[in-house]
Amino acid sequence: MSRTDPSRGLLVSPIRNGTVIDHITAGEALNVLKILGITGSTRECLSIATNVESKRLGRKDIVKVENRELRKEEVDRIALIAPHAKINIIREYQVAEKKGVKIPKILKGVVRCPNPGCITNSSEPTESTFEVLEAGLRCFYCDWLIKDNIANHII
Amino acid sequence: MYHIISIRDFERRDLDYLLDRAQEFDAGKYQPRMLEDKLAALLFVEPSTRTRMSFATAMARLGGMWISVDSVEASSIVKGETLADTIRVLSGYADAIVLRHPKEGAARLASEFATVPVINAGDGAGQHPSQTLLDLYTIRQAMPVDGISVGLLGDLRYGRTAHSLALALSLYGVTLHTIAPEGLEMPESIIFELRERGMEVVEHKDVQEVLQELDVLYVTRIQRERFPDSASYYNVASSYRITPDLLTDVREHLMILHPLPRAGEIDPAVDRTPYARYFEQARNGVPVRMALLREVMR
Ligand SMILES: Nc1ncnc2c1ncn2[C@@H]1O[C@H](COP(=O)(O)OP(=O)(O)OP(=O)(O)O)[C@@H](O)[C@H]1O
Ligand SMILES: [Mg+2]
Ligand SMILES: [Zn+2]
Repeated sequence: MSRTDPSRGLLVSPIRNGTVIDHITAGEALNVLKILGITGSTRECLSIATNVESKRLGRKDIVKVENRELRKEEVDRIALIAPHAKINIIREYQVAEKKGVKIPKILKGVVRCPNPGCITNSSEPTESTFEVLEAGLRCFYCDWLIKDNIANHII
Repeated sequence: MYHIISIRDFERRDLDYLLDRAQEFDAGKYQPRMLEDKLAALLFVEPSTRTRMSFATAMARLGGMWISVDSVEASSIVKGETLADTIRVLSGYADAIVLRHPKEGAARLASEFATVPVINAGDGAGQHPSQTLLDLYTIRQAMPVDGISVGLLGDLRYGRTAHSLALALSLYGVTLHTIAPEGLEMPESIIFELRERGMEVVEHKDVQEVLQELDVLYVTRIQRERFPDSASYYNVASSYRITPDLLTDVREHLMILHPLPRAGEIDPAVDRTPYARYFEQARNGVPVRMALLREVMR
């Protein structure tokens, strides 16, 4: 089994139940966690491996979250910064489900609108909402277009 | 429910439909007391006497009623509660809400909390769809909009009327010439969007490069606040000023438009030329707003 065979190169200890996010664009692991709302103060048991060698991507990051099965809608948000990520649901040490990530059409509550005059940056009871377009992310309220460095705008 | 928030929400046929209705109102082809039992709340959190009066006029012409909250009153409401709450309360009073607000996206937000239709009467540097409709209406009264050449001159960076007019014109196969001083050019993201919509956009620095080719010249205000000092402002403002001597050899049917109020962008001597159409444009605000009010409250 992989966890006992060092030649398979499993960098972090195996988990019994949880989620493995594999094939994350190298260097984006921390942003992935940020998007998923997993921060230092949350209770999940996490392992992160960055710049791991990978056949497919050259280098990649991997994130493992114990005892939590991430839902598809939660995970799709990371497609913005890690389009090749694979989500592996682990049950009893085995990969029970594997799925890719798909960029959602609408992003709610993920990025903050960079426009200081935008109504979403005031105390109104609303969530930031962006339409995902080929050209970037367009604020549903003020039409501001975020073209790159999306990770810089993550809430 | 039918809200009027952003020109981006409209397809060509929606615009044409509203413009056709406006034309009927303009021609007096309507029941005079059409909105007799209706009440509109005009919530102007940011001052704009002109727009507010034109909505009030439109409501009155249709036999409707309105309650109007001016910017001073509104600012005290706004200090105490969220826009969302104000809108929920006003929804209980009125059959439609006309909103002017200093923040971009305010009207979209309002439409999510309102239980009555919302008309955006300008949100910050964002959208001002009724202005765009009356601009289009004014052009359409003079010539078919399809395929014409339109020049947008002035502050194209912050000027919301220019952005939303450009978006609307992109639905009509118009060639757009932008003429803006350095630093006030149309944002790249808007030009990109216009081109994606298939529009030909040509950028200029000098109006004389292109004036003779234009069917419409749309002039917008260059604001003093955008410049570090008066000298640089006057320098730019004077080189973007339209004067009668620039208007030799222009197309015979050239129309010069301006959303008003103007500062020094158009020499008053231009008013006496046949090209000056900005007062007619302002007057068109009434039939266009009658059409909008009627549509949302039908
Ligand atoms: N029990 C486990 N605990 C921790 N990580 C695991 C566990 N089982 C599998 N993994 C990790 O999950 C990822 C997917 O495992 P899998 O066995 O499907 O690998 P694979 O065949 O290389 O898949 P892929 O084609 O997606 O790369 C790998 O990074 C693997 O190391
Ligand atoms: Mg693998
Ligand atoms: Zn915004």
